[in-house]
Amino acid sequence: MSESAAASHGVDIRAMERKPRHRNLQDEALCLEVKDLNLYYGDKQALKDVNLQIPRQRVSAFIGPSGCGKSTLLRCFNRMNDLVDGVRIEGNIELDGEDMYQRNVNVAELRRRVGMVFQKPNPFPKSIYENVAYGLRLMGKKSRRELDDVVESALRSAALWDEVKDRLHDSALGLSGGQQQRLVIARAIAIEPEVLLLDEPASALDPISTLKIEELIYELKERYTIVIVTHNMQQAARVSDYTAFMYMGELVEFGDTDTLFTNPSRKQTEDYITGRYG
Amino acid sequence: MFSDLKQWFGSGKPWVWLNAGAVSISIVMVAALLILIGIRGLGHFWAKPIMEADYLEPDGSISRLVGEIHEREVVPREQIQDPTLELPEGTDTVARLLVKTGNRDTVGLDFRWALEARLQQMRYPEKLMAIERYEWGNFYGYLKEVRQDGTLVASGDEAWQALQPLIERAGELRAQIKKIEQDDIGAINYQIEKLRLAERRLELDGVAAGSREHQAIAEERQVLQNRYQGYQARLRELYQQIGRDSLTGVVMDGQEVDMPLSVVVRAYRPNEMGLFDKIGFYIAKLWEFVSDDPREANTEGGIFPAIFGTVMMVILMSIFVTPFGVIAAVYLREYARQGPLTRVIRIAVNNLAGVPSIVYGVFGLGFFVYFLGGNIDQLFFPEALPAPTYGTGGLFWASLTLAILTLPVVIVATEEGLSRIPSSIREGSLALGATKAETLWRTVLPMSSPAMMTGLILAVARAAGEVAPLMLVGVVKLAPSLPLDSNAPFLHLDRKFMHLGFHIYDVGFQSPNVEAARPLVYATALLLVLVIVMLNLAAIAIRNHLREKYRALEQ
Repeated sequence: MSESAAASHGVDIRAMERKPRHRNLQDEALCLEVKDLNLYYGDKQALKDVNLQIPRQRVSAFIGPSGCGKSTLLRCFNRMNDLVDGVRIEGNIELDGEDMYQRNVNVAELRRRVGMVFQKPNPFPKSIYENVAYGLRLMGKKSRRELDDVVESALRSAALWDEVKDRLHDSALGLSGGQQQRLVIARAIAIEPEVLLLDEPASALDPISTLKIEELIYELKERYTIVIVTHNMQQAARVSDYTAFMYMGELVEFGDTDTLFTNPSRKQTEDYITGRYG
Repeated sequence: MFSDLKQWFGSGKPWVWLNAGAVSISIVMVAALLILIGIRGLGHFWAKPIMEADYLEPDGSISRLVGEIHEREVVPREQIQDPTLELPEGTDTVARLLVKTGNRDTVGLDFRWALEARLQQMRYPEKLMAIERYEWGNFYGYLKEVRQDGTLVASGDEAWQALQPLIERAGELRAQIKKIEQDDIGAINYQIEKLRLAERRLELDGVAAGSREHQAIAEERQVLQNRYQGYQARLRELYQQIGRDSLTGVVMDGQEVDMPLSVVVRAYRPNEMGLFDKIGFYIAKLWEFVSDDPREANTEGGIFPAIFGTVMMVILMSIFVTPFGVIAAVYLREYARQGPLTRVIRIAVNNLAGVPSIVYGVFGLGFFVYFLGGNIDQLFFPEALPAPTYGTGGLFWASLTLAILTLPVVIVATEEGLSRIPSSIREGSLALGATKAETLWRTVLPMSSPAMMTGLILAVARAAGEVAPLMLVGVVKLAPSLPLDSNAPFLHLDRKFMHLGFHIYDVGFQSPNVEAARPLVYATALLLVLVIVMLNLAAIAIRNHLREKYRALEQ
């Protein structure tokens, strides 16, 4: 087992000893498990020996300075990195105990189970309705009734329904940035994924929209396993149950959020969250 | 002073002036081009006054000259081979007029150069009459009498009154004759030809003569023959009726000319026409130009078949080139591995756009017409051989050749459009579990459709103006029938067709009567420009609509 992974386990044990009211990773049901993951862009190594366990129906946040590999790691969870030319991945990631990097894995199917929301809102140039129904139509659902139902419930879940119910067939591009981002979340949860990956979902938004997204994350964790990458440490502290600190492609520390922010076990983590670099 | 200049240069203003100047020059050139061909071309349809004058011939005799003045030109004295011409002292240039005298049947030439100095008593009598005819060009002269079945109906002034209704009657009869000849008998001929081919096919298949199939064909042919006889009888009748009336006119040298009214298109007296008459006449002529068939070796009448052929070919070309170009671009941009090979292919595609178009014509002739067409004839139309069906130039091959010619433009534009789709949109689709193909179909291709339309607009602009390759693969001077008609299967891709660009070339350079045809060259050029503009505007309208729909790119 790598150094960083061992460290993260060490933290959990100590945290449990000192603060038993905190969450304990070992009590959680596992959703994703990263084993000895190495990722290279050409010659450059972007992830080094990452070992990580993402608990089910919790919010896990990745923090770290720019270029530390947190987004790269996130994009490994739905194999988005496959699209990058010259990428090489070693090690494996298990979703519910199955290795998603096996040859015979249907990537489209996997991405249906692991939804993703990106940094910049990227609605399709279609109507609001068609945006949410996009994934459903891909799955071959055509019945108007069924689509209507799912679109409504997805928009309600994304706390957008009341704002758009009168203009479902208007272009999604007419929405504000925050609304677009919630629309994209609605689009992702319309196909009922198990995991929702959020790649800095609020970084392009104003404070009020950011707040709404955070509230939304809080509600969504009842139903989904959420992994969020964020630049904003306060945001990580507010929304997440577990936090991972990454630095230079390595997972430095992963554990209960309160513990990590109040009593980090590694010097690097402490330096980062107290603002000494990054 | 010098520092001022330096400052002026430093401020960047010269650069702005240079830019503005370049734009202005371009606009002026385009406008000048349009105005030139517009004036030259559209002026042709205006009713010109007919001049009458006495002409002092070099031998001292005086003759009468009647005609329309088309051009005035000043030339050096030495250029005129006319020793007897007396000029005032000190002048060494001579003005000469190009006069359209018409009456090719009596004079032999339509046009004549006349020295202005030799013209005396130029006058414009109201009674002078011009007649447009289906043969021998225009008639200029005086109306003497009108006859019906050889007996005199009216003469002198009354003749003009009596003439117009008779011309109208002849026009109606001619329309009937044309309808029977072209539509009814044309359809019968088409069917008889099909029967002949069916019979030949039976022979080739080894079905014995006298078999049931042969008899069926013979019966059908008999039915058609009977119908043909019926039409034939009707035609004879109509021809008799149309030949009933005739007129006698007097031309400039005093000769009397008899002509049946069946050859008269219209008769008019431009010198007595008021402004409104002339405007009405102008509109009628303009309408005839865009809606009628050509006559007199393309120098008279309309150019409708050429407009039709051009538009038809451009539309077919678009239908061929768009899917082909888009698919090629999608492969190059989305699926092919980006490496030296794709780069070479891309360079090759770009260079294809620079190959002279005639080379494509040669390729079309060699590959499409002779090779593909020849083989298609062997396989599918052996009954028509040795007469080729697809083994000769035609609308299909011409459209395909132009599609190849414009393919690079569409590929380049589509690739450009594909590369401009933000990767976030693609990732958004892929993250929802779409495969690459699904992402392409549902999101990327619709979003890049404005770029495809841009490619198509450029392709249309290029294809509509192309002439050289078409001459090798299917354009003709005069096509007997349109490629689209009421005979099944309605669209005849194997037919030859007329084209505005080729029409310009043909009328301008191959016509027996270049002087008469020159205004038509301008008018046809103007029309070609208009057709291209119209096709482009249609495509641009579609593109703007698409752009509005997929506005995401501007974000």
